[in-house]
Amino acid sequence: MSFVSVTDVWQSYGDRSILERVNVAVDEGEFISIVGASGCGKSTFLRMLLAEETPARGEIRIDGGPPAVEPNRERGVVFQRYSVFPHMTVRDNILAGEGFATRWGRLHGAARRAGLDRTNAMLARIGLNHVADQYPASLSGGMQQRLAIGQAMAAKPRVLLLDEPFGALDPGTRIAMHSFLMELKAETNMTVFMVTHDLEEGFKLGDRVLVFDKPRWDPHDPGAYGATITYDFDARNGGIPFQHLKEAEDVS
Amino acid sequence: MRLINRKPDRPTGILLAALPFVLVAIAYAIGSDIRLEANPQDKLLPAPAAIWDTAVRLFTQGDRRTGDILLWKDTWASLTRLLGGVGIAAAISLSLGMLIGLLPYARRMLSGFVAVISMVPPLALLPILFIVFGLGELSKVVLIVIGITPIMTRDLAQRVLDIPHEQIVKAQTLGASSGVIALRVALPQILPRLISNVRLSLGSAWLFLIAAEAVASDVGLGYRIFLVRRYLAMDVILTYVIWITLLAFVIDWALKTLSRKAFPWMEAGL
Repeated sequence: MSFVSVTDVWQSYGDRSILERVNVAVDEGEFISIVGASGCGKSTFLRMLLAEETPARGEIRIDGGPPAVEPNRERGVVFQRYSVFPHMTVRDNILAGEGFATRWGRLHGAARRAGLDRTNAMLARIGLNHVADQYPASLSGGMQQRLAIGQAMAAKPRVLLLDEPFGALDPGTRIAMHSFLMELKAETNMTVFMVTHDLEEGFKLGDRVLVFDKPRWDPHDPGAYGATITYDFDARNGGIPFQHLKEAEDVS
Repeated sequence: MRLINRKPDRPTGILLAALPFVLVAIAYAIGSDIRLEANPQDKLLPAPAAIWDTAVRLFTQGDRRTGDILLWKDTWASLTRLLGGVGIAAAISLSLGMLIGLLPYARRMLSGFVAVISMVPPLALLPILFIVFGLGELSKVVLIVIGITPIMTRDLAQRVLDIPHEQIVKAQTLGASSGVIALRVALPQILPRLISNVRLSLGSAWLFLIAAEAVASDVGLGYRIFLVRRYLAMDVILTYVIWITLLAFVIDWALKTLSRKAFPWMEAGL
């Protein structure tokens, strides 16, 4: 049984078909890059993984659980922008990853002290402890995205969803963020889905690259058919296949 | 250099800011002088010195019959009504605005209603308020509340809707319930907006207050102005007008300062 299973998912808005027959199975700890042209349903697919939208047909399950109807703590998310709370300090933003799940949205007493310890560890991990008491608006774009990733990780989600997380960053910062994300992934073995416009980024970071495209195209009615996964690349080892002996894999 | 690129330096800026005030004062002084020259008994434009004397008398000398200083009594009565009305309006519009902005059910039920209610001209309701709530304090406070709540509610609801959807989704992925989202995500971001809303509404609130006091009252700044109008006591009226302007300015400044002190994150990006 795969960790995340997407079974025969269809989605349409009114007459416009967005996605059709999407099937994919993902193992725990895999990093999935999702690429495709604009308007090919990448973001719709991510929103459905997030349970912000429910598919018109088919279902998405995490670890065999029931299909979700609204976003919950199983799914962490980082958007291109607006992922952190501007009215909270950097430290409070991370602490919210634990505190928001309580009745009043705050931790108290011993729980708060323990949470603060974990928060400070996380701040050190994402390299933001020197700005812990500042507000997000005073941080650079790369720092804000690091904060957003740290905040999502603080809630210990089972799946991390990234919606063009580095799309608004300059090229240098983007490369720094890549190595940050690779380190984080190596440490936590988290299952990650990342939507990106940047093919190179997709292949560099991902274990697998899913390409969304429309297999059928009606020139008189472009909205008639939806997109689906047309390629599913193995992107490990720089995208070069057969780098491991099958026998060696079986032994380990 | 183009005019749009020319900026005054600091002393010039202060001078320019003071200039309109000085011009109005000079124009008044000249006008008053011309009229008093023609007729020393003229009451329409009393001399600045006469206004000053009246102001000192109003602020310091008690009423001959009761011994109370009327100006302070009027100020106290009016400010109580004004701040009471604005406070109640702020509380109502904040709760309604949050409900409409966050809950689709509440939005469906209330947003049309609020839009229609905000079109009712509040002053047209004044007679009804006097009939229903009597001539006491209640009707004046209610007029202010009715006058400014609907517009504040609409604006606050829109502000809640303007919170990026990403933030709401993010809060859900952190496990926040609807209540926590309202309390920890929406409310803190709406409060600065509420304060600027109150600042904008204070102008109308003063208007409704003075209108209500003018029609039926026995104490209050608006009442006094309309009372002494019968004696053409321009010196008293002008003193009161300047005093009201000063009060309004101080309240506005206090709210602005409060907003800046209480919400440091608003300016973090600047």
